[in-house]
Amino acid sequence: MKSQDYKTSDEIAWCPGCGNFGIWNAVRASLAEMNLAPKDVLLVSGIGQAAKLPHYVQANCFNGLHGRALPVAAAAKMANPKLTVIVTTGDGDCYGEGGNHLLHNIRRNVDLTVLVHDNQIYGLTKGQASPTTDPGTRTKVQTGGVILAPFQPLEVAIALGAGFVARGYTKDQALLSGLIQEAVRHRGFALVDILQPCVSFNKKNTYAWYDKRVYTLGAEYDPADKAAAYVKAAEWGDRIPLGVLYRRESPTYADQSGWADKPPLVEADISRVDVSPLLAEFR
Amino acid sequence: MREEINLIITGEAGQGLQTIGNALGKLFQRTGYHLFTDQDYMSRVRGGNNFYRLRVASRPVYAPRERADLVVCLDRESVERQAGKAAGGGLVVLDQKTFQLEARGPEYFDVPLHDLAERHGGSALYMNSVASGLVAGLLRMDFDPVERIIRASFAGKPDEVVDKNVNSARAGYDHGRGHFRDDRFALPPGKPRETLLFNGSEAIGLGAIAAGCKFYSAYPMTPSTGVLNFLAHNMQAYGILVEQAEDELAAVNMALGASFAGARAMTGTSGGGFALMTEGLSLAAMTETPIVIMDSQRPAPATGFPTRTEQADLDLVLHAGHGEFARAIFAPGTPEEAFHLTRRAFNLAEKYQVPVIILNDQHLADCTRDLPGLDLEREPVERHLLPRGAKAGGYQRYALTPDGVSPRAVPSWLETPIWADSDEHTEEGHITEDGALRVRMVEKRLNLKMAGLAREVVPPTVSNADGADLVLVGFGSNYGVLRETAEASPGGKKVGFVHLSQVWPFPAAEVIAALQNARKFLVVENNATGQLARLLQRETGLSPNGRILQYDGRPFTLEGLARKIESELAS
Repeated sequence: MKSQDYKTSDEIAWCPGCGNFGIWNAVRASLAEMNLAPKDVLLVSGIGQAAKLPHYVQANCFNGLHGRALPVAAAAKMANPKLTVIVTTGDGDCYGEGGNHLLHNIRRNVDLTVLVHDNQIYGLTKGQASPTTDPGTRTKVQTGGVILAPFQPLEVAIALGAGFVARGYTKDQALLSGLIQEAVRHRGFALVDILQPCVSFNKKNTYAWYDKRVYTLGAEYDPADKAAAYVKAAEWGDRIPLGVLYRRESPTYADQSGWADKPPLVEADISRVDVSPLLAEFR
Repeated sequence: MREEINLIITGEAGQGLQTIGNALGKLFQRTGYHLFTDQDYMSRVRGGNNFYRLRVASRPVYAPRERADLVVCLDRESVERQAGKAAGGGLVVLDQKTFQLEARGPEYFDVPLHDLAERHGGSALYMNSVASGLVAGLLRMDFDPVERIIRASFAGKPDEVVDKNVNSARAGYDHGRGHFRDDRFALPPGKPRETLLFNGSEAIGLGAIAAGCKFYSAYPMTPSTGVLNFLAHNMQAYGILVEQAEDELAAVNMALGASFAGARAMTGTSGGGFALMTEGLSLAAMTETPIVIMDSQRPAPATGFPTRTEQADLDLVLHAGHGEFARAIFAPGTPEEAFHLTRRAFNLAEKYQVPVIILNDQHLADCTRDLPGLDLEREPVERHLLPRGAKAGGYQRYALTPDGVSPRAVPSWLETPIWADSDEHTEEGHITEDGALRVRMVEKRLNLKMAGLAREVVPPTVSNADGADLVLVGFGSNYGVLRETAEASPGGKKVGFVHLSQVWPFPAAEVIAALQNARKFLVVENNATGQLARLLQRETGLSPNGRILQYDGRPFTLEGLARKIESELAS
C-alpha cells in the first residue's frame, strides 16, 4: 500500500494549515514504508484535535476518553502483541489529563509508540494553556500570562527510563517519518514529542518561530549517553534539537512478565475452561 | 447434643485470626458439618480488635448469629469488646495471666494460651494454633483431622515450623479436653461428605476464570482486593493477565483496551474506585465494548469504613456514568450465586456489548458456606463474535440492527480495520454531528439493548410468599439472613422472602407476582435511605409496609433482624 491508500473517506475536521496534517502524512508514510496492513495496526487516541487522527487513517481505531489513551493502548497490546499499537495524543491529553498514565506506562514498558502532537496550547477547547505552554503566554483563562513552569516531557521520560525518546517537527516530514518508524521498531515504550503549530490559537510558536530554532541532532550525538540526553531534552528557546535524544533497549513488559513466550491472550480457546482442579483447594 | 454451635475467635490484627478461622472452617467442613463463617476486621495491619465468626450446624446455615457459644480471646482488649456476645450460657476463653486480668466467674475459662504457645511452639506466635486445638478439644472432636489440616495448610514450610504448629494445637486440644470437664459444647458426630467452602471473592474469581476472563486490571481497595489476589494467584495456571493499574481510571480503561482487542476482561474495585471508573463505564457503553465491573461495596461517603459492609452503592451503580445507556447489574446473595452470576456477566456483556456490574460487599466477599458441589455446566461461554477471517466486506462496527446489537469483530480478525469511538459516531465508527443518526444510536445503545437485557433477567428467588403474612424483600448479601429468618416463621406467622440477585433491568413482573398475595412486605437492606425499596416502588408501583435499614457497617444477624422486624411490625 502507498501512503495515499491509508487515507479514509472521513471528512477532516482540522483547521487549514494545522500542524496535524504533517503528522497525518508522516504516520501514513511510515505505515506504507513499513508495509503494515491496516488490520494489524491499532491507533488509540483520547480527546483533542490529535485524537481525531485515527479516523483519517486506514487502521483499527479506538478513540476513547480524554487522557486515557495509554491504558487502552497498553492493554490492547498486552492482549494481542501481534498488533502494532500507536497512540496519537496531544500535550493536554497526554501530559495533562493523562499524566499519571504516562508515568506508569513508561515504567510498564509495553511495546507502544506514543506520538504527542505538542502544539503547546489547547486547540479543541479554544486556546487555554496546556502543560507545555511557554510561561508568560496570555490566554482567555491565563489572562495575566502562564505562571506555571512548563512540563518537560522529554526530561521526564528519560528520568523514568523510557527506552526511546525523540522529538520531531511536523514540517520536517522525512525526519518525522523516520522517527515514527524507529519508534515503532523500538521494542518497548517509545515517546515522540512532535512540535506542531496551532494556527488558530498559538500565536507565538508558529511555523516561522520553529523554523528559526529547530536543528537536527547530527551523527556526533550519542543517544545512548543519558547525561547528554538530559542536556538536549532541556534545550529550549533559541535552539531546539530534533531527532532521537535517548535510546536504550531494556526488557519489555512482555519479556519480564513471561507473556512474550505465550500465545496472545486473544487467541486463547476459552470455550471450555476447566476450573475443577482449582476446586480441590476448597474441598 | 446441640444442633449448632457458634464460635468467635477474636484478637488483634496480626495474631493470625484468619489462619485459625480458615483452619477451623476446613476442620468443620471435612468432619461433615454445615457451616457459615464471616469476618469482622478493622482497617489496620496490627492491633485493634478483629473477629472470625463460625456457625457450625447439623443442617445448612446461611447467616451469622449475634450470640456466641464460645468466644476465644487472644488478647485483653478482645475480652472487653467481645465477651458480651457469650452472654446467656456461652463461655469466654481467656488467658488471665497474659492479659493481666483477675479471676472471673464460671462463664470464663482460663487457658494459658501464651505459655502453651511458648512451651510447644517456642513463641507467642503459636497462640493461634493452640487456640485451634483448644476449640477442637472443647467440642470433643478428634485430634487427627486437626493435625491433617494444620499439616496441609502449612505445606511447604520447614518441617520444624509445621511440627511446632501441630504440637501447639495438640497442647491446646489436650488442655480443652482435660481441663474443661463439661461436655456441653460436644458436637454430634458429623456426616463427612464432599463439599466446597469458598468465600465471595474466591467465588467471583473462580467465576471469572471459568468464564474465560483473560485480563483483570485493578487498583487495590478493600474489600475488592480478594478477587485481585485470587486471580493473581492463578494467573499462570489459567493464562490470565492480571495487572495492578496505577489508578482506577487506568484499571477500567485497560480492561476496555483488552476487551476491544478481543480478550474477555474485567476490573474490580470498591465504591470510591468505582466513582473514579464512571467515565470509563460510560465509555464502555458508547464504544459498545463488553466489560465486567465488580463493585465490592463498603460504607461511604468518601473513605468511610474501609473494612466493613454496606449496600449503599445501588443508586450509584444504577446511575453511574454520564449519559443514558443500557447496563445489567447483578447482586449475588451467596458465594455460589456469585460464581454463576460472574460467568453470566461475561456472556451478557459480550452478547449485548454492554457493561455488566456485579455488586459485592465486604460481608459476601469474606463469608463462606459449605456447598454440596458446583454446577460447572451452567452458563457455558457464549462469545457472540464474528469468527476470525469472516468475510465481512463493508464491515461497520456500529451497524444498526433490529435488536440494537451490531456484529462484533476484533482487530486483525477481519481483513478490514475497525473504528471504535467515544464521540457520537456513524455506523462505521467515525465522528458525526448528525441529529437523526444520534437518535437512532441512542435508541440502539439504550432502548433496544435494555429490551434484550430485560428478556434475559435473572428472576428473584421467591419462597413462601404466596398468601404470606409477611414477606421480606432484599438483595445481594442479605440472602442468607432473609432465608433463615423467613424459615424460622417469627411469631408463628407465615413468612416468605424475595431475594433479587439481579436488580437491573429490574424484574418488575416477577416481583409484582411474588408480592401480590402477601399481606405485608418489608424491604431489608444495609443502607440508610432504602435504595432497593425506592427502586422497587418506582419499577412496580408497590409500596412496602416498612423498611428495615441497617447502616452501622455490620451485616444483619439473625437476632438483629428478628428484633427489627418485631419493632417495625409493632410501630
